[in-house]
Amino acid sequence: MSEDQAAPERTSRRGRRPRREQSRASRIAYGVIGVVGELLITVGVLLFGFLVWQLWWTDVQGNRAQAQVVQELVREPAPSATPSDGGTAKPVVAKPRHDDPPVMKEPKHAVTFATMRVPRWKGEPERPISEGTDRPTVLDPKGVGHYEGTAMPGDVGNFAVAGHRTTFAKPFNRIAELKKGDAVVVRTATLDGGPGTDTWYVYKVVSTQIVAPTDVGVIAPVPNEPGTSPTERYMTMTTCHPMFSARERYIVHLKLDYWAPVSDGTPAELLKAAS
Amino acid sequence: MYGWLWRHLPGPTTVRVLISLALVVAVLAACFTWVYPALAPHMPFNDTTVGD
Repeated sequence: MSEDQAAPERTSRRGRRPRREQSRASRIAYGVIGVVGELLITVGVLLFGFLVWQLWWTDVQGNRAQAQVVQELVREPAPSATPSDGGTAKPVVAKPRHDDPPVMKEPKHAVTFATMRVPRWKGEPERPISEGTDRPTVLDPKGVGHYEGTAMPGDVGNFAVAGHRTTFAKPFNRIAELKKGDAVVVRTATLDGGPGTDTWYVYKVVSTQIVAPTDVGVIAPVPNEPGTSPTERYMTMTTCHPMFSARERYIVHLKLDYWAPVSDGTPAELLKAAS
Repeated sequence: MYGWLWRHLPGPTTVRVLISLALVVAVLAACFTWVYPALAPHMPFNDTTVGD
């Protein structure tokens, strides 16, 4: 009995099947296209999110992290003196010294051993300098990195450092503003208290150049003269060029102008910039 | 996909909008914390050193 009832149903369903199949197939096709479209839009939005992260958030995070590294760095305070007629205490100007400066030992990888400030870059914070130039452990989280094996601050040879020009707090963002004669002031931390700790090293820009990423001669002990034995105290800053590209490198060469112990005061260059 | 999601979210429109926003924020937070930092080293910019 039930079979009899079911039989006409089955035939009528079979008769309609082609039309229903077709509409079902097109529904599936439209559904797939719709999902693909939504996925593409989603990917677009997420890529935009990547730009926001890379161009803005890494700076926010980096600036915060680097400020904290500088703040936590153990170092002697630069002295200030109260004028005899009363008034507010003013930092003492350090007397430039041109004799052979003390030089610290090269620290372990990723250890922050100094900071740097560039008076020309008004508004830029003091940046930490740490040992090594790889991105995951030094350049991305800690700002400026010291090429391992190159001279330490104040030493004969080439104190070579690298930093981001864009993204990750971009410590060297304004590198193209540097002109011949501009000061870069390096201050070493206390660390073990040995020679070369708590010392100012004031370098002055001598030249800038743009080179290929493979041109390691720029960080040679005598810049651009690999193999030559150094007699002078150089510093070299490297960063990417042009901005947002890794095609070339922007290089700034400096020479040590003078040094001073932090206990003697603060370099005039920094006080001038602050006033 | 999003239509399906919308149909399966519980509650009235206001609640659904709030849940959707929370989901969007969660996805972006996950991207900022894990996905983008993992992608960044493979991007063709940001190299600042000489050598290699």
